[in-house]
Amino acid sequence: MSNQALPRPRFNAPEPEHGPSERGSKVAPKVEPRTAPLLQGKVSEIPDAFFAAAMRLCGFAVVALLGLIVYQLVIGSHLSWHAFGWKFFGQSDWNPVEDQYGALPFIYGTIISSILALIIAVPLSLGVAVFITEMCPVTLRGILSFLTELLAAIPSVVYGLWAIFILVPVLRQYVQPFLATTLGWTTLFSGPPYGIGMLAAGVILAIMIIPIISSITREVLTVVPQHQREGVLALGATRWEMIRLGVLRNARAGIVGAIILGLGRALGETMAVTMVIGNRPEIAKSLFAPGYTMASVLANEFTEATGDLYLSALIEIGLALFLVTIVVNALARLMVWSVTRGQPARSLA
Amino acid sequence: MANANSNPAAAGVTPIGLRRRITDHVMTGLAVLTVILVLLPLIAIFGYLVYKGIGSINLAFLTQTPKPVGEAGGGMANAIVGSMLILAIASLLGVPLGIGAGIFLSEYGRNRYGDIVRFVSDVLNGVPSIVIGIVAYGLVVMRQKHFSALAGGVALAIMMVPTIARTTEQMLLLVPQAIREAAYGLGVSRWRTTLSITLRTATSGVITGVMLAFARVAGETAPLLFTAFGNQFWNLKPNQPTAALSLQIFTYAISPFDEWHRQAWAGALVLIILIVGAVAAVRIAVRHGTLAGA
Repeated sequence: MSNQALPRPRFNAPEPEHGPSERGSKVAPKVEPRTAPLLQGKVSEIPDAFFAAAMRLCGFAVVALLGLIVYQLVIGSHLSWHAFGWKFFGQSDWNPVEDQYGALPFIYGTIISSILALIIAVPLSLGVAVFITEMCPVTLRGILSFLTELLAAIPSVVYGLWAIFILVPVLRQYVQPFLATTLGWTTLFSGPPYGIGMLAAGVILAIMIIPIISSITREVLTVVPQHQREGVLALGATRWEMIRLGVLRNARAGIVGAIILGLGRALGETMAVTMVIGNRPEIAKSLFAPGYTMASVLANEFTEATGDLYLSALIEIGLALFLVTIVVNALARLMVWSVTRGQPARSLA
Repeated sequence: MANANSNPAAAGVTPIGLRRRITDHVMTGLAVLTVILVLLPLIAIFGYLVYKGIGSINLAFLTQTPKPVGEAGGGMANAIVGSMLILAIASLLGVPLGIGAGIFLSEYGRNRYGDIVRFVSDVLNGVPSIVIGIVAYGLVVMRQKHFSALAGGVALAIMMVPTIARTTEQMLLLVPQAIREAAYGLGVSRWRTTLSITLRTATSGVITGVMLAFARVAGETAPLLFTAFGNQFWNLKPNQPTAALSLQIFTYAISPFDEWHRQAWAGALVLIILIVGAVAAVRIAVRHGTLAGA
């Protein structure tokens, strides 16, 4: 069937070519009979209408799914919302025994671990993206992009497993003592080096978001028009100056979008973080200390939540996480879209 | 691009200053360094996975259920089958809905409604998987009053739909309009054209999209924690708690027992092999076998 389908456009092909030459006069009356079905009367419109309705229903179901998610989260969390109100997000006391719930330590942990991940991942992913699109030989380009994409295919739980047994011991034995002696005065790197803790979570998150940031940055960089590069080179720029002035500056909004998209992924990442962050609801200044994130408290305590208020408080954390990632993702999509599909930024200026 | 530095000099323009040349070389060196730093964890992860996992995969691991703590041996057979069960449920629910939504977007959604669906599916793509787990918990587990493979399947299906919808849309848009018109010209109705001509022509692309979504959810753990829940024994009933490979890896990895750590590595290796194997098998089937499209 498919082989038969292919020659058909060839039958059709000459017709558009006729169009431009005899524009207006002959084409208009010619089109008229073709739109009517040849086998008039035999083609019923009912299956067509039915199929269209079914497909529209599928499309609508996607929107309904989002509605369902919001509904479930709002309904599930109203008990906790009524009990604590806005105070829920400002309190740092998480005590299921006394039914006192404050989400602050989890919000803090989520934000700090994600920022840490961005600090590590952004320079690395930008470097990789720039190298692949602007510097590397064409033969290497495909292999390198495949390898970085491969990082995205590894399941989160496998990252966590690797982090527990390989990354954490390395951090404990080499990285943390080094940071403590060189940067200990900042108080960010003080306290006993357990290995497990905020730093480990940040590092593993960074590895996980590198493929996202670098692949979208690559996409954005390739959209920058070639004449931008040629123009800057013609002015006598070195390759790096060409990249900085001709490429990166034009792709700025898209790169920021890619970074925010990576942030969105880091905020919601659960398993790998849960396995290495230490899971202690405390706000500690040192990055060596254990912490807790919104996603990991859900992973650890949801099935053990005995009281209704306990469960409701956890669902409220889920709702907060959902809203934050929605906003972050929508923002990022808009920024990437403005570069890849909108007007090329200042290309004519 | 390589002769960018020599060009101005050849043309008699002022040669590029030393500082600028050094900056150029330093930045190139830094870019190479970032590539090495990014590839390092990749090699380390796959290296350790094979190194630690390969020794622990044996017949017992693939055919037995977990042994109690302290006893050596046992395996993850029930988790491997459980994962397949959950993924089968997820695919049954998610694939038709996702492809349907993709057809809507490409054939009927070139308007404002389509834009809404497009934006919503992008948003859905970014929802953290653990939040999807909460939703499936509320939808299925709360109603049934117990954990089940069905709940896990529903959670994973919700995650598959947006990915499949967007890739299906992109693949259908690649099909030339002339092919659709040829079918209309022969008097084929619109629904028949969409299914037998457009979708058929785009088969391999659509299936690639489905496999992408499948691979993404196959290793998911977070949404299964409080839906499928896990099980130490055999279970093939969709309405009972079911073991999954990813859940088992998680439980074993955070346990204090060496024997379980060993099995966690083996499980991780099996999981990766299964994902890669499934994707490769479908790819080959698309290219050579009965599923071949255009």
